[in-house]
Amino acid sequence: MKADAAVPLAPGVHWVGALDPNLREFDVILKTANGTTYNAYCVRGSAGVAVIDTVKAEYADTFFERLQQVARYDEIIAIVLNHLEPDHTGALPELMRRAPQARLYISVKAQMMLKGLLKSDELAYTPVNTGDTISLGDRTLRFLNTPYLHWPDTQCTWLEDAGMLFSGDVFGCHFCDARLFNDRVGDFRFSFEYYYAHIMRPFREYVRDALDLIEPLDLKLIAPAHGPILRDAPRAYVQRYRQLAAPQLHNEAHRDKTLIVFYISAYGNTARMAQAVRDGAEEIDGVRASLYDLQGGEVTPFVDLIEEADAIAFGTPTINGDAVKPIWDLLSSLAVVKVSDKLGAAFGSYGWSGEGVNMVEDRLRGLKLRVPVKGVRVKLIPTEDELESCRELGRDLARHLTGRVARRVIDMSELLKEHPTHAQG
Amino acid sequence: MPKANVTFEDIGITVTVPAGTRLIEVSERVGAGITYSCREGECGTCIMKIVSGMENLAQRSVLEDKVLQENMAGRNNRLACQAQVLGGEIVVRPG
Repeated sequence: MKADAAVPLAPGVHWVGALDPNLREFDVILKTANGTTYNAYCVRGSAGVAVIDTVKAEYADTFFERLQQVARYDEIIAIVLNHLEPDHTGALPELMRRAPQARLYISVKAQMMLKGLLKSDELAYTPVNTGDTISLGDRTLRFLNTPYLHWPDTQCTWLEDAGMLFSGDVFGCHFCDARLFNDRVGDFRFSFEYYYAHIMRPFREYVRDALDLIEPLDLKLIAPAHGPILRDAPRAYVQRYRQLAAPQLHNEAHRDKTLIVFYISAYGNTARMAQAVRDGAEEIDGVRASLYDLQGGEVTPFVDLIEEADAIAFGTPTINGDAVKPIWDLLSSLAVVKVSDKLGAAFGSYGWSGEGVNMVEDRLRGLKLRVPVKGVRVKLIPTEDELESCRELGRDLARHLTGRVARRVIDMSELLKEHPTHAQG
Repeated sequence: MPKANVTFEDIGITVTVPAGTRLIEVSERVGAGITYSCREGECGTCIMKIVSGMENLAQRSVLEDKVLQENMAGRNNRLACQAQVLGGEIVVRPG
């Protein structure tokens, strides 16, 4: 086979993507030890040709070289974009120029992104949703709306007669091997798992929704947008996603809500406050509270714990006007899990300024946690009254967790007193 | 100054606020579940449901209208970062 040859997957279906074996880091967050591929596909029907996704801009020439081997530009009636990230749309402007008659099909949530990408408000496109189809004459493409895998715009495209799912980033991985097919390439198991852990894990609820759409399909082949094409046992990869999207830790607490109290303490003051927060929370039925000293643990297992928790509280001293580094290390490591449905709180002892607590509260809000209870700040050694405030913080948080908060009416001026420095003030 | 009562249904708290207040100024302070990203009316993250009292909010701006449409929001939705209270009773919840 010549170097830039289109690769047949089935009658009338070709891979027209590009190999990028020298890439070592993708999107800042992922290492790519043997590069990646940008997979694009061409589907021929009796009425015309559809191109599904394109490639990163630097690889446009290779993409067009392959595409031209299997289709003329004036035959292209549809350009389907399963995902608008630039590594899949880099060749789109040129493709639209070469095939101006082609209609663009994108998911309903992709519309704003398309405008941002092409910097034009006058674009002709058709937004599609689950169940929508386009006819290529003797064959049909059907869309599955699979949002947040891993952008709001992501969708999959199903070619029913061939049993092929063009899945976008779902079931993909960064692994570059010119042999392309999963039964021929090298061992890419690690890459598959690593990709899921960094790209899909924060969206596991959406993964489960997508699997509900994908599992009933009579799959013969999965054609993802990166990495090997899964023609051998494609259903095994679907099953693996189902496993990976399940909770990572078994929940012995069953129906109890879980609160994890993390703390770090220089002189034991914040530690005593943390114990009081835990003790207060434990007084409320239906709450299981746990206490962890950040100095005694590593970030990765704490991230696993946080993923499964219903609420997290952070006890931090304030040193030189800031919360301390182990707290920030953990709080900067949560992009791989979903935290936006959790409750958060902060507290801590300080020497003279004590702004670390507010900073952590703002970070928690920035991560879209709900911070329903104002944090407790204590100057140096907590008194018994101050420890009682910490227990009350724990109780209040637990009441919010279990839906036991009394309805109340407050005035804006009280809120402004409680949160004077808030970013949105 | 005219006042309004904004009830955050998900947490059962009603806040009495001066007319002209934007929801974003209140919801995080009170710990309600509405979440924000851009905070400037572009991303649609803070779409909320107006359970009642839509008439007590200032009209949508052209920008808010566009973002709501692009996010396929319903007629009872508003952006919490944009919606400004005029007076009376308003009940909201995330979503």
